[in-house]
Amino acid sequence: MSTMNDTMLATIEADAGLKAALQQSRIDVIGIIRDSGMKGRGGAGFPTGVKWNLAAGVHSDKKYVVCNADEGEPGTFKDRVIMSDWPDLVFEGMTIAAYAIGADEGIVYLRGEYTYLVKQLEECLQKRRDNGLLGHSIQGKEGFNFDIHIHMGSGAYVCGEETALIESLEGQRGEPRNRPPFPVNTGFKGRPTIVNNVETFAWASAILSKGADWFKSFGTDKSTGLKLFSVSGDVARPGVYEFPMGITISELLNQVGGEGAKAVQIGGASGHCVPASQFGRTIAYEDIATGGSIIVFGPERDMLDVVENFLEFFQDESCGQCTPCRIGNTKLLDGVRMLKRGECSMKYLRELVKLGQTMQIAAKCGLGQSSPNAFLSIVENFQNEIMGRIPASA
Amino acid sequence: MLTTQQEKLMGELKAIVEKHGTDRSALIPILQDVQKCYHTISDFAMQVIADMLGIHPVEVNSVVTFYAFLNEKYHGKFVIRLCRTISCEMAGKAAVARQLENDLGIKFGETTDDGRFTLEWANCIGMCDQGPAMLVNDQVFTRVTPEKVHDILQMCEQSFGPHTLQKAEEHVL
Ligand SMILES: Cc1cc2nc3c(=O)[nH]c(=O)nc-3n(C[C@H](O)[C@H](O)[C@H](O)COP(=O)(O)O)c2cc1C
Ligand code: SF4
Repeated sequence: MSTMNDTMLATIEADAGLKAALQQSRIDVIGIIRDSGMKGRGGAGFPTGVKWNLAAGVHSDKKYVVCNADEGEPGTFKDRVIMSDWPDLVFEGMTIAAYAIGADEGIVYLRGEYTYLVKQLEECLQKRRDNGLLGHSIQGKEGFNFDIHIHMGSGAYVCGEETALIESLEGQRGEPRNRPPFPVNTGFKGRPTIVNNVETFAWASAILSKGADWFKSFGTDKSTGLKLFSVSGDVARPGVYEFPMGITISELLNQVGGEGAKAVQIGGASGHCVPASQFGRTIAYEDIATGGSIIVFGPERDMLDVVENFLEFFQDESCGQCTPCRIGNTKLLDGVRMLKRGECSMKYLRELVKLGQTMQIAAKCGLGQSSPNAFLSIVENFQNEIMGRIPASA
Repeated sequence: MLTTQQEKLMGELKAIVEKHGTDRSALIPILQDVQKCYHTISDFAMQVIADMLGIHPVEVNSVVTFYAFLNEKYHGKFVIRLCRTISCEMAGKAAVARQLENDLGIKFGETTDDGRFTLEWANCIGMCDQGPAMLVNDQVFTRVTPEKVHDILQMCEQSFGPHTLQKAEEHVL
């Protein structure tokens, strides 16, 4: 199953979705995406049809379609696989979106770490231009002009946050903006802009090709469709998998060879750490939402090592703009190191929990709001394991 | 710097800016090119770029210092970035890190005296199912073991012919 050939996404006929879209009105295209119930595949889970509709409704001489290919969440690599294996499907989805909202310029914000993909992506774009799938009057559709270029990131996780991404595109430090205003109104260079994940665009092509009902036939009522998962850690068969939304954690573990796990981190460093006792829970927007990162921890793993690694990541990647995140992550990291040395009182641990909860509310962007999640879930679920440590050297 | 050298550099920098244009949104692509060519973004380069874009050099500096892949400090011709994030850590990145330090004779964050290699940590590089993973410039290496470190470094060393610099600019290892 981790060979991508067995997936539904691999069976989608190239550009059938775009051709179907161009035969319908813009409103109808948005209607199909909305009917499919698809929520953004990047993690935040905002309904894609609603986003497109908002941008379509704004009058402007210029609009942008941005593909978020910054894929920096620890444990996530499915966007890399999509761009390597089916770049056409992503560019097709961007073109459908451009038609739907009335945009003429598309930008792929590709993380600097994936520079080795550029050559192949550029070749694919050129082929699409040569075949009349990009450029002027696409597929003979009078007045529909759209082209895509690639913009490289420069090594900053926070630039995956959509407003930081836009700041970065504008040549600024990647510091998140206050929202509202949202990019659909005030985006790149102040113009209406939709930012969607790589996988979201790929599924948009599939939905236009196969229909909203086909998509809805997978998943649950609130979490429709299929989704790609990046699976790593203590499993026999790591890799990218396609599963319907609503799969239980234990089902997923069976498929990837992760039986006997002690805990699973769902949603990357900013996600939640789920202990074995809760493996009956489902991966869905109504239960545990995720952009697709699944990191499996075997019975021998020390959960404090895990959370220390995550907090080092956040301390390093915080943009430093707001205090709860800049100072909070450092305090939590210090606390985890105290726990490792066996020097943390219960009273101080409770204060750290309160600090984490404050960060969830008070931080300016999703980075600081979610960075305490792993710490909080490990304190809640593994208290026996983390208190009263005797340090190895003692 | 000699005046003639400075003039030459100025000419090269201008050519880079002209390629991307002087809109503010061109700043990061310009800086990425400068980094690629010179392995550092000097005060002089920041001043020239700022003048051409009509912004204050401090603005340019604040952008350079924000991004991990843009550097004021000189970086080697081969920048090795070993992933330190959880899946690579669980896959044994510590032993690879140790061997890189031993074979290069430097610590993380340092550049070899001959200016060839810089060793750095990277946060998740999206190779979590094939760790430990690292980037050498733009090329990715997966399932790296301490024994393989030597081979990878030797491969870099061997590409130090007369054309190396040009090659590095083209982003081929
Ligand atoms: C710190 C941070 C990092 C993010 N990184 C990414 C990313 O790498 N890729 C992505 O698609 N979305 C990322 N997001 C979510 C984006 O802000 C945005 O919600 C998403 O691109 C919208 O696309 P979607 O609705 O198609 O998922 C990140 C959010 C935060 C707060
Ligand atoms: S929460 Fe963190 S990353 Fe987000 S704006 Fe505040 S300091 Fe920056």
